[in-house]
Amino acid sequence: MAMNTQGRPTAPGTATIAEIQTFTGNRGLDHEEPLIFEIGDTGRTGVDLPAAPKAKSRLGGLERSAEIGLPGLTEPETMRHYVRLSRKNYAIDSGLYPLGSCTMKHNPRLNEKMARLPGIGDIHPLQPQSTVQGAIQLMETLARYLMELTGMPAVALSPKAGAHGELCGMLAIKAAHEAKGSKRDVVLVPDSAHGTNPATAAFMGYRVKSIPAMADGTVSAEAVKAALGPDVAAIMLTNPNTCGLFEREIVEIAKVVHEAGAYFYCDGANFNAIVGKVRPGDLGVDAMHINLHKTFSTPHGGGGPGAGPVVLSAALAPYAPLPFIRKDGDKLTLVEDASEAGDAAPFGRLTAFHGQMGMYVRALTYMLSHGSDGMRQASEDAVLSANYIRASLKDVMSQPFGGPTGDRPCMHEVLFDDTWLKDTGVTTLDFAKAMIDEGYHPMTMYFPLVVHGAMLIEPTESESKQSLDQFIGTLRFLANEARHGNDKSRFKEAPMLSPRRRLDETKAAREPRLRWRPAAAKAAAE
Amino acid sequence: MRYLPLDDADRADMLAKIGVKAIDDLFADVPNAKLLKSLPPLAKTQSEIAVEREIGRLSARNVSAGSVPFFVGAGAYRHHVPASVDHLIQRSEFLTSYTPYQPEITQGTLQYLFEFQSQVALLTGMDVANASMYDGSTACGEAVLMAHRITRRKKAVLSGGLHPHYRAVTETLAKWGDTAVAELPPDPQGKEDAAAAIDGETSCVVVQYPSVYGSIRDLKPIADAAHAKGALLVVVVTEVVALGALKSPGDMGADIVVCEGQSIGNGLNFGGPYVGLFATREKFVRQMPGRLAGETVDAEGKRGYVLTLSTREQHIRREKATSNICTNSGLCALAFTIHMTLLGEAGLRKLAALNHANACDLAERLGKVKGVSVLNDTFFNEFTVRLPGKAADVIEKLAERHILGGVPVSRLEPDHPELADLILVASTEINTDDDRAAFAAALKEVL
Repeated sequence: MAMNTQGRPTAPGTATIAEIQTFTGNRGLDHEEPLIFEIGDTGRTGVDLPAAPKAKSRLGGLERSAEIGLPGLTEPETMRHYVRLSRKNYAIDSGLYPLGSCTMKHNPRLNEKMARLPGIGDIHPLQPQSTVQGAIQLMETLARYLMELTGMPAVALSPKAGAHGELCGMLAIKAAHEAKGSKRDVVLVPDSAHGTNPATAAFMGYRVKSIPAMADGTVSAEAVKAALGPDVAAIMLTNPNTCGLFEREIVEIAKVVHEAGAYFYCDGANFNAIVGKVRPGDLGVDAMHINLHKTFSTPHGGGGPGAGPVVLSAALAPYAPLPFIRKDGDKLTLVEDASEAGDAAPFGRLTAFHGQMGMYVRALTYMLSHGSDGMRQASEDAVLSANYIRASLKDVMSQPFGGPTGDRPCMHEVLFDDTWLKDTGVTTLDFAKAMIDEGYHPMTMYFPLVVHGAMLIEPTESESKQSLDQFIGTLRFLANEARHGNDKSRFKEAPMLSPRRRLDETKAAREPRLRWRPAAAKAAAE
Repeated sequence: MRYLPLDDADRADMLAKIGVKAIDDLFADVPNAKLLKSLPPLAKTQSEIAVEREIGRLSARNVSAGSVPFFVGAGAYRHHVPASVDHLIQRSEFLTSYTPYQPEITQGTLQYLFEFQSQVALLTGMDVANASMYDGSTACGEAVLMAHRITRRKKAVLSGGLHPHYRAVTETLAKWGDTAVAELPPDPQGKEDAAAAIDGETSCVVVQYPSVYGSIRDLKPIADAAHAKGALLVVVVTEVVALGALKSPGDMGADIVVCEGQSIGNGLNFGGPYVGLFATREKFVRQMPGRLAGETVDAEGKRGYVLTLSTREQHIRREKATSNICTNSGLCALAFTIHMTLLGEAGLRKLAALNHANACDLAERLGKVKGVSVLNDTFFNEFTVRLPGKAADVIEKLAERHILGGVPVSRLEPDHPELADLILVASTEINTDDDRAAFAAALKEVL
């Protein structure tokens, strides 16, 4: 055996694969981490503050007397707790994150640096507008970029997320109808839509009418025309759609929608496929939200904060919500109240203050960094990478809309179904969980709902060819094992190597434990 | 382009594997006439240096809160955030992860959300809290919709002490969702009788604690009055640090408590992203909007966490969902929970006491300036001041003297000229004695 200069072996020799029970429950770098309530206490703190000077209380006799029960930790304990928790998470920075419809692309760190500049991160939304002209200019620049890239004449920046943007766009549509005295109460939504679309329409009191897709996964203008009528206010259509396909009849759809006096809301969740390639405004769209956290790389942050600005057609622009930017020579004003709106007829206000500035600056930083050429290249690479995966897996996995040879191009995400898993005993869920043991985050599963056992893979433009090849190799291996392997435990038991095995979601829903309670801790200890 | 790993050789290989000649063959479904023939008329790729310069120029044109004596509040507050908070939330595993759809590999996010929910429930004095909302104002709108669902009534009474932006958001949802709001007139003195506005149609009454004008009132009588008529009490807190000093809304009978959580862990950011806190009683949990993390066990019996009760949510229920909300404010909730853990109860109480003491000191100083009066009997760290003249002009003049002296009420209530001489003034732990002295001196000068 080779020895180093200290006489220690340089190779571990032959090891048996051992599943040992450790004393701590930890497994090497994977630490079991208790709750802050189990390690902290109410007297401990990680913040040194001066004692408050004695003053007569002006709290009106409503001082809190009883203990709240909030545990504290010192700084080193805090660091360790959250660093240990962080290591139980999958992240873009640690691996390919092929979650379809989520656009898990690289999050440039320059974005983070810019968001923390004192003149960006440390300004108050209600300090005098004369002291924040640079910030309003930044918003105006972002607005200009969004309008240019979408070919639309107006944008409402304030929506806080994609679903909030949908609400914004649909409210503008409702306001436009109302201004014309029209009382339409139906919204058309294809079967394959995101759940937020029907939820948004229903919230506003619209009846939702479903539109079936054609056998090829897209919506036909004929089907839309058949569903249109004097009661239809709008259609909500995702393009590229949730099957990863560009709606090829979109121009005709927009035409028949407009002819029927309705508006065209486009869900822009999948805008990353077409930036710099085609402009929604040229297709006849009236309103479209843009998820800055998808297409424009603001971090997903474990589930928000997002941002969902909405671009609007000339017909809808007057109804954009407060606040909006008014340009008067060099001076920029944020119009915050309807009484100052002039000719505009804002439908109202969607949020306090001005929206997600922290996301605006990150998105604008991304846009300036990429430039027009880089943004177009990013979309092309995203589409190229998805098609490369499609072409490399078409012989082992089945596509619902791939055509007879599986060669129909997709946009930036590729959709497979579970036909190829028939009679293997392995489900889409099992297959996805097995990917975890191979070091990958699964793709989006069981969505869109119109496809059985759907697997929606979106690699984004951020992967190298080596990374794509490794991913493809892994999926081919797993597909082969699923179809021809003798031992299906790799799937049925998966994941086996993650911080936790499959979790009991039924128990979580039947006996909801939504917070720590002292009694629960006591019972657990017994 | 530094963010794109593929090079032209890779692209050529990949096109060959796919079996097409050119990239545009993959865009064949796009109507040819609509495919852009040239690049959008925007700048081309730029280096980090160039971009940093451009954004830096915009940043430099703003007066940052930290560069001047700063007293602006009205729903967003400048507090000190410990350095470790920003470091931790920038851990790749938190920053670049997504909604924990795969709980086996997102226990980090799920556990901190569970801890967050527990802290929020304790702080508000409620049974349960969700995994956060976009911000306080949207949480307020959602709370009203939830009250409508629970009571099967459609009218909300909004206190005149509610932040005007929150009122506007709630009004917008009501106007377009076919429900009603009864608004009480602005209440700078904190003397309104909201109970009198509750009737048999009222689903809920919404009060802010402390009010947007700073005053603090016992919520028990209004809770009792609401409950007696079958309505709910929704309490809005825009300065969550106040709950370190004040009795919790839950203790006084609130049914739903929503807060703007920005004060803990999050910077001003010109208004967002912030984090909405949403808490309620156990019996209402299935009517609550938003995500929820819950405890369970894994296949080996180990404790773990998952997103739960999702049958309320849009991806399952579609048009029958409790809300169209699809996300929360995860990273801001993380900043909140880390900062709250660093503070602990002892730190939070000390922080609250310090805020109150600083505001008391400022009220005393400003009250001594000739022609200036403090309206409030009660307040936490923010109060309302009456000036002898148009407040917006005074705030501008103070800004010219490099003091950001608060918010003129006219900015929030432009339709109420009778309030044009009022300003809202906040003093948190960041202000020094010198800051407050400078404010009082400058105010004297400009009046």
